[in-house]
Amino acid sequence: MTALVADGTYFTGRQVRALLRQPYFLVITLFQPIIWLLLFGQLFKRVADIPGFATASYIAFLTPGIVVMTALFASGWAGMGFIIDMERGVLNRFLATPAPRGALIAGNLGYQGVTTIVQSAIILGLGLAAGARFPGGPGPVLAMVVCAMLLAAAFASFSNALALLLRNQESVIAVAQLLVLPLTFLSSTLMPADLLPAWMRDVARLNPVNWAVTAGRESLHADVDWGLVLSHAGGLLLLALACGWLSTRAFRAYQRSV
Amino acid sequence: MPAAGRSELAIEASDLVKTYPGDVRALAGVSFTVPSGTVFGLLGPNGAGKSTTVKILTTLTRADSGAATVAGIDVGKQPNRVRRAIGCVFQKAAVDLEATGRENLALQGQLYGMRGGDLRARVDELLGRFGLAEAADRVTRTYSGGMQRKLDVAMGLVHRPRVLFLDEPTTGLDPEARAEMWAEIGRLSAQEGLTVLLTTHYLDEADRLADRLAIVDRGGIVAEGTPEELKRELRGDAIVVELAGATPDGEVRGTLARLNGTLRELTLDGRTLRARVDSGASAVPAVLAALDAGGIPVASATVGRPSLDDVYLRYAGRAFSAANTEEAR
Repeated sequence: MTALVADGTYFTGRQVRALLRQPYFLVITLFQPIIWLLLFGQLFKRVADIPGFATASYIAFLTPGIVVMTALFASGWAGMGFIIDMERGVLNRFLATPAPRGALIAGNLGYQGVTTIVQSAIILGLGLAAGARFPGGPGPVLAMVVCAMLLAAAFASFSNALALLLRNQESVIAVAQLLVLPLTFLSSTLMPADLLPAWMRDVARLNPVNWAVTAGRESLHADVDWGLVLSHAGGLLLLALACGWLSTRAFRAYQRSV
Repeated sequence: MPAAGRSELAIEASDLVKTYPGDVRALAGVSFTVPSGTVFGLLGPNGAGKSTTVKILTTLTRADSGAATVAGIDVGKQPNRVRRAIGCVFQKAAVDLEATGRENLALQGQLYGMRGGDLRARVDELLGRFGLAEAADRVTRTYSGGMQRKLDVAMGLVHRPRVLFLDEPTTGLDPEARAEMWAEIGRLSAQEGLTVLLTTHYLDEADRLADRLAIVDRGGIVAEGTPEELKRELRGDAIVVELAGATPDGEVRGTLARLNGTLRELTLDGRTLRARVDSGASAVPAVLAALDAGGIPVASATVGRPSLDDVYLRYAGRAFSAANTEEAR
């Protein structure tokens, strides 16, 4: 267990150092959410005037959605690290050390966690600067980031599992890109659930992206519905565990193929 | 000490069999032993089963059947203990291109539980020894292929392993980098008493580095011995004579009977006559004269220095014909 934590931390550190050497990569992954938050937010500003729209400011409404969306977009790339390590032979080198196999996966998820925190902080800062306010206080804002991290862990594990099974960059990117937008549109990320068509609302109920957004949006209310936040966070935790389990199974399949 | 006899063997592989999905038989029963402190070479062409053998011994994959111990530890039963005892340098230079040389070495040490001052000192020592001290804090993407390979070997040594696996350590290196790598591998076994298992498809590399070597072909070992022993059998030139027409085997052998002292390993395959001789330049005229005197017309004659191909032709070829005869029965 100590080896799992220690080696997992070393693997996270390795990815963070690589990221810090290429900050433009972080800038690129942030560029898209900034466009969504600022340009999309401005473009659809009047949406907030629609009867039935509970929040006064569209930017404020959008901020938790973009926090979640950014975590989703970034975690879809998680498996790429494994593919590059596979192609370089680095993964086999790690597998020949006494480091627990789980530490490789834990290290990758730790890195996703770190990037999700940094990206969320930047988006929340931009949202604040653009006029969003969080009357619920820091508690529900923190819960929003935790939900984004759980969603990122689940989606990253899914991406890792794909990478270990398909072992091909294009497939991993294709599947991630194919899923990200529908998952975003079939949720209340851009539009309140009450204003979605009935069928979309039904689908959104089963959509983990929607769980994270709905829980995160509680931060916009003064009276936070903690029951709702915790039940959605619990659902995301279960999903993350299930996807994590799937990725460890995929790891075994990879090892059999070596 | 009843265990003393066993502990002198750093590697003991017996009857390793491995089949990959799709019925690809990578190993068909490989057995060999490597005494502690020696360099053992596995020599063979690509796809012969060298890398699969290394993957089994380094716990990356499991054999379907057979058993192996490394440093006295069972590879299948206690893979994690084996991992602590061995250093691995796989076919590709497996360095993290986004990290510096120092970071690559430090992470490798950390994964073996090395920490603090001990780790820092060891990293500095290896950087110095492999001539990478100046480049230590540069990202390895900027390293030459030879530098990456040196770092790769240094990473395999960071935790002071007892047995080092080197899978084609010089493939893809330029001659200068290759010579440096040879010198370094020579030092490892001579000065540190390390046991080294080396795979290569270069005859000169196996010759230069290995105390003993095994020739691997199509998943099996076809010859084993010291480089001297193997070379002695290959000494001299190969001559190939194409006959103009089909001639009975007995007639050809009879005609060449008086050259028996000169010609070794005479074979006739259809119209192709092959033999091994000490000197091709003097043997060919004698063979041609004898055939001419016997009334056997010749289409062409060629002489070749023994090459790596001859080694395989000789060892693998013989093994295959034997195996085929057995199957036919």
